Amino acid sequence: MDINFIFLKFVYAAIVVSVIMGLCSYAVLAERKISSWIQGRVGPNRTSLPLVGLIPVLGPFLTRLGVFQPVPDGLKFLFKEDVVPGHVNKFYFIMAPVISLVPALTTVVVVPFGRIVTEAGEVVPLVLANVNVGLLFLFAISSLSVYGIVLAGWSSNSKYPFLGGIRASAQMISYELAMGVSVLPILMWVNHPGSKGTLNLFDIAQAQNGFWFAMWMPLSAIIFLICLFAETNRLPFDMAESETELVSGFHTEYSSFKFGLFFVGEYAHMVIGSCVFTLLFLGGWNPLPFVTIDMLGWGAGYIGAALSVAIFLGKMCGMMFFFMWIRWTLPRFRYDQVMKLGWKVLLPLSIANLIAYVFIIYYLETSL
Amino acid sequence: MTDIFFYIFSITALACAFGVVFSRNTVNGAMCLIGTFLSMAALFVLLEAYFLAVVQVLVYAGAVMVLFLFIIMLLDVKEAAARKTSIYTWAASLIGFGIMIVGVVAINSAESIKTKAANLPVAEGVNLKAFGYELFTTYLLPMQVTGFLLLIAMVGVIALSKKANTP
Amino acid sequence: MSIIIKRKPLNFLEKMYLPEIARGLATTFRRLWGKPVTLEYPEQRPTIPEGYRGVPTLVKDPEGREKCVSCQLCEFVCPPKAIRIKPGAIAEDSEFAHVEKGPQEFDIDMLRCIYCGMCQEVCPEEAIWLQNDYSLSGYSRAEMVNGKEKLYELGGTLPDQHFKWKKKQEAAAKGSGH
Ligand code: SF4
Ligand code: SF4
Repeated sequence: MDINFIFLKFVYAAIVVSVIMGLCSYAVLAERKISSWIQGRVGPNRTSLPLVGLIPVLGPFLTRLGVFQPVPDGLKFLFKEDVVPGHVNKFYFIMAPVISLVPALTTVVVVPFGRIVTEAGEVVPLVLANVNVGLLFLFAISSLSVYGIVLAGWSSNSKYPFLGGIRASAQMISYELAMGVSVLPILMWVNHPGSKGTLNLFDIAQAQNGFWFAMWMPLSAIIFLICLFAETNRLPFDMAESETELVSGFHTEYSSFKFGLFFVGEYAHMVIGSCVFTLLFLGGWNPLPFVTIDMLGWGAGYIGAALSVAIFLGKMCGMMFFFMWIRWTLPRFRYDQVMKLGWKVLLPLSIANLIAYVFIIYYLETSL
Repeated sequence: MTDIFFYIFSITALACAFGVVFSRNTVNGAMCLIGTFLSMAALFVLLEAYFLAVVQVLVYAGAVMVLFLFIIMLLDVKEAAARKTSIYTWAASLIGFGIMIVGVVAINSAESIKTKAANLPVAEGVNLKAFGYELFTTYLLPMQVTGFLLLIAMVGVIALSKKANTP
Repeated sequence: MSIIIKRKPLNFLEKMYLPEIARGLATTFRRLWGKPVTLEYPEQRPTIPEGYRGVPTLVKDPEGREKCVSCQLCEFVCPPKAIRIKPGAIAEDSEFAHVEKGPQEFDIDMLRCIYCGMCQEVCPEEAIWLQNDYSLSGYSRAEMVNGKEKLYELGGTLPDQHFKWKKKQEAAAKGSGH
């Protein structure tokens, strides 16, 4: 491990993190725009940059689209007064936003964004750390982010955040189980007898050259998706926030940049969640089921790599859109409904699903 | 470099462990425990037991401790109540400490328990398949026993939490 | 008559929830392409309906006479006491000296006004009108008090043709009084 190598990894990490952050800020914009379109509004359409806004047709068009909106949004988070209420536990109060964002950014290291064919003809992932236990690593780290919410709720030392924190922790525990069980069929399929045994996200994505897993394990996909919504605290599962009951839940007492961190954290989780769903169920960078980039003949070299990244990001953005679309369609579940759905529906369903696939995969393996 | 990391993480693990024991605030204690788990996971990584490290984080830090925090918050243990130490507490902790010392000494002195360095399996943490295979063949009994222990605990909890008069 | 809408028990598909979610998603997806129903305010303004009660203003008649005779009825009736009038005599050499009284000062505190329209209702001279203007802003409290000039500027002229005071004057000149 020489210094150059480490330095290079640092640079890659910085690039990936900044891309993710950029995605997050534009996800916020997308959220605002999509919500306004769905509600028959216009959405942010005023902000414009000094010179760019003056370009004849393009400038006004971009302004109307709100493309420059993330800039003032971010600046607003930076420059607003940062209120730390007197009754909070300062240490945890300041830690909490960081804890909720850091895991999301950490999980990025194992997410492959595409693949590249080396000169030796090998297909390698474009990923920061190609670890064998990628999927588990991802689950493990992202399960830590709940501490951000719980600590925020607890350290705020006031009722609404507290309730939000408690709800979040209960919800996370309940849905993590079903989530874990629902991906097991995939892992069984990928690790069929004779394979090398892997939990690597890249291998899982590469295994979807034919059927995408969403197609032949639809129940797994649905359960996983629902759990993903719950784990990212998105509507209809935003128990931790539920602004109609709990003011705004765990971040009621937060302001300025600390709130901004929570905000970005939520979107970062969404980005990662979308990536994972794309990798696990939507075929990663395969443009269509049964069609890979290589089959189209564009797979080689840097063009192929760029294409794979583009396809992957495209699918991911589609997932993000789905997240938002759901949010502006469905009302929030009641808390007891969330618990009931988690324990009495999704968990048994995912276990039944697992058992069913055990037999199906066994049958396929033995008879074919 | 590995050595430096080893020292960093073992010191954090120990410091956090002390934090768990000595902190009055339950939430502080819980957070310290998480710190311990994470440093342990890091140590596992240094041993190239990646799977174990990840599972450590996933299960202990990610699920068990969330549950702990949940309970702590729900019960809202008052600091004053936590401060009371009865004679039993002292006795129990002393006995526990004694048993731990005995255990450590026993393990260190008994040659038969230790595996010779030459006989140690190669670091198989990377190879999940070997890991799973070993777990379900060679070490099946210990694993089942552990599972059974957890089952006992669960049955106990259900029995305790059930009210006496409900059928 | 009240109508009781029976809540039907959900059928199996509805209980499954997912098909219904899909229906909801379809609805919102259609909405996504719909036209916005909002106005983009400063550029697009709503059409003001008839009888709208905007900012109260003072008006003049087509001859340019201040219609207000400072009877102070509006001042008395104004519920939040937004109006302050200082009555004064109309100068002897004025064209309208026969009206005798007119407001020397006429302030409406727009921070108090509740746009109730009582002043307009009560005014015997049809001198005060709540007109279409609704957006009103200022940087200080003092700026939000509309003085006489401002009120006339906002109000303009009321094109009624009855010229009540002129007729009175003519009648008085003929000696009929009223
Ligand atoms: S505006 Fe009308 S009611 Fe008010 S003082 Fe003048 S004449 Fe009288
Ligand atoms: S509209 Fe109502 S509140 Fe406003 S000045 Fe007239 S009487 Fe007073």
